[in-house]
Amino acid sequence: MGYALRKVVLFFITLWAAITLNFILPRLMPGSPVDAALGKLASSGVQITNAQRQAVEIQLGSAHGNVLSQYGQYLNDIVHLRFGRSFSFPTETVTHTIAKALPWTFVLVGATTVFAFVIGTLLGVYAGWRRGKLADSTVTIGATFFAAFPPFWLGLLLLYALAYKLNWFAIKGGYSPGLTPNFSLSFLSDAFQHSVLPALTLAVTSLSGWVFGMRNNMINILGEDYVTFAEANGLRTRTIALLYGARNALLPNVTAFGLSLGAVVGGSILVEGIFSYPGLGNLLYVAVSNRDFPLMQALFLVITVSMLVAIFVVDLLYTRLDPRVRQ
Amino acid sequence: MPILSAQGVNVVYEPNRGQRIWSVRDVDLSFEAGEFVGLVGESGCGKSTLGFALTRMLRPPARLESGVITFDGVDISRLDGEALREQRRNGIALVLQSGMNALNPVRTIEHHFGDILKAHAHAGEHHDRTTIRRRGAELLASVELDENVLGRYPHELSGGMRQRIAIALALALEPRVIIFDEPTTALDVIVQAAIMKTIKGLQRVRGFTAILISHDLGVVLEATDRVLVMYAGRIVEDVPASDLLGGPHHPYTEALLSCYADPRADEVKLGGIPGSPPDLSLDEPGCSFTPRCPLAEDVCRHIEPPLAPLGRGRVACHVRAPTAAAEKEASGVS
Amino acid sequence: MSILATVPPPREAPGGSAEITLRTSAALPGPVQFLSRALRTLWSNGKARLGLTILGVFILIALFAPLLAPHSPTATTFPPYLNPTSTNLFGTTGNGQDVFSQMLYGARVSLLVGLSAGLAATIVAVTIGLIAGYRPGPVDEVLSFVTNLALVIPGIPLMIILAAYIPSRSVWTIVFVVAITSWATGARVVRSQASTLRSREFVTSAVFSGERLFRVVFREILPNMTSLVAASFFSAATAAVMAEASLEFLGLGNPSTVSWGTILYYAQQQNALLTGQWVLVLAPGLAIALLALSFTLVNFGVDALSNPRLREK
Repeated sequence: MGYALRKVVLFFITLWAAITLNFILPRLMPGSPVDAALGKLASSGVQITNAQRQAVEIQLGSAHGNVLSQYGQYLNDIVHLRFGRSFSFPTETVTHTIAKALPWTFVLVGATTVFAFVIGTLLGVYAGWRRGKLADSTVTIGATFFAAFPPFWLGLLLLYALAYKLNWFAIKGGYSPGLTPNFSLSFLSDAFQHSVLPALTLAVTSLSGWVFGMRNNMINILGEDYVTFAEANGLRTRTIALLYGARNALLPNVTAFGLSLGAVVGGSILVEGIFSYPGLGNLLYVAVSNRDFPLMQALFLVITVSMLVAIFVVDLLYTRLDPRVRQ
Repeated sequence: MPILSAQGVNVVYEPNRGQRIWSVRDVDLSFEAGEFVGLVGESGCGKSTLGFALTRMLRPPARLESGVITFDGVDISRLDGEALREQRRNGIALVLQSGMNALNPVRTIEHHFGDILKAHAHAGEHHDRTTIRRRGAELLASVELDENVLGRYPHELSGGMRQRIAIALALALEPRVIIFDEPTTALDVIVQAAIMKTIKGLQRVRGFTAILISHDLGVVLEATDRVLVMYAGRIVEDVPASDLLGGPHHPYTEALLSCYADPRADEVKLGGIPGSPPDLSLDEPGCSFTPRCPLAEDVCRHIEPPLAPLGRGRVACHVRAPTAAAEKEASGVS
Repeated sequence: MSILATVPPPREAPGGSAEITLRTSAALPGPVQFLSRALRTLWSNGKARLGLTILGVFILIALFAPLLAPHSPTATTFPPYLNPTSTNLFGTTGNGQDVFSQMLYGARVSLLVGLSAGLAATIVAVTIGLIAGYRPGPVDEVLSFVTNLALVIPGIPLMIILAAYIPSRSVWTIVFVVAITSWATGARVVRSQASTLRSREFVTSAVFSGERLFRVVFREILPNMTSLVAASFFSAATAAVMAEASLEFLGLGNPSTVSWGTILYYAQQQNALLTGQWVLVLAPGLAIALLALSFTLVNFGVDALSNPRLREK
């Protein structure tokens, strides 16, 4: 089977598995899943209304009928994007809530990951090429240092230092209160200002993974015979470093890129919470704090599916980069 | 004047702190223009290291500790950076052991040629796609490959083809010396023969000096004019190829020859060499082959034999080619 | 092979082990010898040495917390919201507890969770990886698919969901949740290494000479993967420490546990940064970062062990 075809098949199978996992999880709890969910809610002192019961029922698949029919109902609901109503935002559907938050996270996570990947990869190439010299040690030590920072902690520190104390950036939110989101330049620049700190936090902590990966790849690739041969043939240094070295060292990193999105999304949950940045991460943070199961489930699904799509796209792009997988 | 010569070359290899392994010891060599010389020895004897030293391709943890390498009258042992890179055109080319892995997997063959031609373009020389394709096709033809190989990627080609391409790429440099490091080791016998035939033909036509590094005495005997035998980092014999099968030689060379059997003989007695190669991290006095040598004498344990004339060649052996200087030292020792 | 990067000296140890062998007394049992040899080799690597030192300090703190802590971590005897004073070196929480003592006792939880979750994840990873790598065919296909699935599903969201659902609220919940979500990376690496080793000659000859599967896997293959398994363990431990802190920070841990993550949780709840109690944020975060750093540094040493190209000169 061609590489691309295999990836497509894999994508759909994994998608199905993720959706099913989302269905199975609440059912692993003893008792009716709806009761389990509501029981959690009740124990934290919230009054259960009928609307909430209905919301949970929809989210977890209707409580009527056997497991298979519930599963069918669940799949049906997903296809129609019916996720019920959340506890935290009872005035709108979960779908609506998520849809509002999606672009914020998309931009934040997307921009950060690409930025971290590009800068991290370049630094890694540089460190690997100049292995053993001062440049390498500086980059390696710096990256190790930053990698150890829990992202939420770095976020708190940046928040304190740059926003609270120095007032360079806003303290919370995705945009200044009172503004309504639109595509005007003034709004976009305001939104940009609000996104700097969360983006910086995420980028710094995820950068080091790329640096190390690329550096190690470079070191391995530079030991390969074709690099030796290129040197023996007197190719220019830049040609060797970029076209013979980096170009090949990049390949394992690209495969890892898709997977890394998961880590960045995970980090964004904590970071967005701290900055009250109106993305999916913050939404999940709120949902968890409120034990808002319909919202949590829907978010999990959306996050997983987005990652699958991203990984799939990256896998397809990979064929452009590595001629060995083309048929 | 020899086109390439080495004097007093010592290569040390330091894999860990405090460990020093002498891979090449006190080597003096010279090669005339147009010669085809073979360099044989077992694995680990230092022949590949020597080849890399001559082309200035040694990298840490290996290092040229001392010695001078002269190419065409110019000392290239201390060249570095851009000067070294430029010297590679019209200089010494190296074709690697695993020519099959010598090609960049993500670039087409055409790009490989382009990279070399552009890297060594003189001022005013402009290489556009057409020129590169033309040159590439020419070079490929000289190694008996069709020009449609240009558009392929390395993984689409067979091992033998890739080895030929590696040779063609080396030829793009218009070198005056080519060092072939085990060019046929990883290939089967038939492909081996074909490639050796190609190399021999190229050498005859273009007249470059060829140095063939191999552990396969058979291949070397067929192709070369002169054979150098290495043991434990030293040259122990230097003899015309045609003299190799007859006459007395260095005991190691004789042992090597006895390891080969005539495939068409009815009965075959295989020799072997008892013992194992010495530990190169130690610098023991005397001839390194002594523990395994059937002719070993007392002097062999104490004094390093110099290369001395034997027949039309030279050997480093007290027994085969005793030297006055060594005898004098020996009498001084005992 | 190119001489430039790694030319093995004339005699290579059988099995291709890249570790330096030191002579140890024959009196000590095998595993102890092995461990001491491993530690000594790691110690020779600068970064690993630093990591081991930091880790050692933390282990000592955790072990001797009752002796080192000036007060009980849970006693609410102090005035709340204090800044650092001579009695309360790091100040007090909103409930009047001494933060310094909490930090010392907190080391126990973080180390416990980090090491046990890391260990659990590694055991699962190695088991699955070995089985998948050694037996090609349907077993491998199924296990690889499950591994890929576990890799793709984002870890932290899954952890959050699991932790939210599980009724019990103990440290072991966190260990379980972290282990369940972090085994996949290690499993993939182990599997690929196992399947490479499977076709190496020494394994083929062992199988040929009739060694049983169990023995082949544990006596032939596993010892050649020690560096890999160790690296996997330290990566898992690093991730576990971060994950534990994150979960507690989100309030998904047991609020009455004394750990660095819960200190941060309360600090955030009480807006410690804005009330000027920045030590409450700085101290636990720094501790988490240092612990994670120590694991990463040791991992550098382990990496260098298994890949000579990465060794320091």
